Amino acid sequence: MRMKFNIPFTIKRRQWLKRIQDLGCIAVGVWFSPGTVLAKPEDAHAAIKAITGGAAIKEGRVKLIIPPLVENGNLVVLKVSVESPMTVNNYVKAIHIVAEGNPVPNIFTAYLTSRSGKASLTTRVRLADSQLVWAIAQMNDGSFWQGSAETLVTLSACTEMV
Amino acid sequence: MSKTSRTSITVPAQAKKGSIIEIRAIAQHDMESGFRYTESGKLIPRDIIRVFTCTYNNVEVFKADFYAGIGANPLIIFTTLAVESGELEFKWVGDDGYEAVNRARITVS
Repeated sequence: MRMKFNIPFTIKRRQWLKRIQDLGCIAVGVWFSPGTVLAKPEDAHAAIKAITGGAAIKEGRVKLIIPPLVENGNLVVLKVSVESPMTVNNYVKAIHIVAEGNPVPNIFTAYLTSRSGKASLTTRVRLADSQLVWAIAQMNDGSFWQGSAETLVTLSACTEMV
Repeated sequence: MSKTSRTSITVPAQAKKGSIIEIRAIAQHDMESGFRYTESGKLIPRDIIRVFTCTYNNVEVFKADFYAGIGANPLIIFTTLAVESGELEFKWVGDDGYEAVNRARITVS
């Protein structure tokens, strides 16, 4: 009787040890792989500099809406709007979305005209990590305005296996 | 993604002159980011839609550059002023020779 109880117990214990080992391997893999792929905030700052050409960016006028907590980073609804009368003499020329923790910091750039009516966009983006996302609006007079939003991502996009 | 993937546009058929109309554009596309690996460790090459343009009676009113950060089956909702009756043309251009065109008619009164 004792033997019968012992054998399944040891097998179970061995399986558990194996599983713990596997988990360890995954943990080590997760630790090393994103670091090589994900961009650092410096890359995002470089991308922003490429957009503005070094011009100063003022805070405000841009409203960026992303959910503060995202379960799946593969499809995140992103809304951006800019306060602007959108007339022939005063309109938003472009809206740039930049994320600091994505492999490519640029997410999209939208070019608007005075015929857009209002500066408001909705799209769905990927977020590789919990991070800060910036929206930079370029006005027709050459000034830049920015808004940002921070989000927590539980399941990241981009780095998963197929 | 094959070049036969579908794209769809929602535009109001009628609008008042000078009103702001909302346009919803969606494409059926994987938007392969170029950062994913297969189980055997091979990098899957990037395959995304890069540019979306909207022309209103042959005048460009909206353009967007997409990067790998745009999710699969890209959706974009934007606005434009209804100025005159005519045709809106939507063009999607992407990697690997991807190209799709949608057209929609609008009557402005």
